[in-house]
Amino acid sequence: MQHTIAYTHHHDTDAMDIFGFWLYILSDCILFATLFVAYITLHANVYGDLGIGQLTKMPYVLAETIILLISSFTYGLAILALYKLEIKKVICWLVFTFLFGAAFIGMEINEFVHLYFEGHSWQSSAALSAFFTLVGTHGLHVLTGLVWMLVLIVQLPIMGISPVMKKRLTYLGLFWSFLDIIWIFVFTIVYLMGAV
Amino acid sequence: MTHQPPDLSMEYGGVKKSLPAYLVGFLLSLILTLIAFGLIETRLLQGTLLYTSLILLAFIQFLVQSVCFLRLNCRSSAGRWNLFPFLFTLLIIAIFIGGSMWIMANLNYNMMN
Repeated sequence: MQHTIAYTHHHDTDAMDIFGFWLYILSDCILFATLFVAYITLHANVYGDLGIGQLTKMPYVLAETIILLISSFTYGLAILALYKLEIKKVICWLVFTFLFGAAFIGMEINEFVHLYFEGHSWQSSAALSAFFTLVGTHGLHVLTGLVWMLVLIVQLPIMGISPVMKKRLTYLGLFWSFLDIIWIFVFTIVYLMGAV
Repeated sequence: MTHQPPDLSMEYGGVKKSLPAYLVGFLLSLILTLIAFGLIETRLLQGTLLYTSLILLAFIQFLVQSVCFLRLNCRSSAGRWNLFPFLFTLLIIAIFIGGSMWIMANLNYNMMN
């Protein structure tokens, strides 16, 4: 009996907790909006350099975009397996998501390193400062998500599919979809529009 | 593990997650991304029309992912609880981005003329 009461109580706060996390994500959207505005305002101030659309190769960025999209989809498959209580599948899809996420961040770091060593650092121009801040902040979010995912992959076999683990996976799921949504706008505003 | 509690978090946001929704979301996003990319590569459109269609494509993909991946809906009370702060955030962002662009364009104009 004690058990049931604990569970019902738990679920009431669960819904509230997830709503709280949702509000955090929305406030993070506003953070990104400020960085987007900074980029939109400064993107033409290249100080004699090329624009970012000319500095990067479009197919490369398209590959990044598709990789991140796939990772968003595989995370969804992990969530579906979670609801069927198939723990092995959950871990398997999480590992896939992690690998795609890591590939994305690897490509991004590679791009940054190339830009830096070709003399297009964040100190070169206002446009590049705004670019590195915007894309870098997104990258840091993805990196945080990856560390978080790794922790969950380790925790899952130990804790099993408990209500707490479900909640944690729901949080990360919201966070991961949110990162993909931010990337749509990075891809469109920074890269595609930069290449016009 | 033996004692599974009734599962409510499964219907987070008031809608059950399903494979078709994820598949539709994934395929639509992929198609929209490729169209946007194709527009740039082929130079099919020019000027304002190109910018408008790119923004439109991004916005449609944003809606697709919000509905298919984030499970945004107004069918249940929980869904509406998530929806209204979401819409409010969109309003703030629209005012913020639109307002800033307006002010900066105005400043630019006054500097140049």
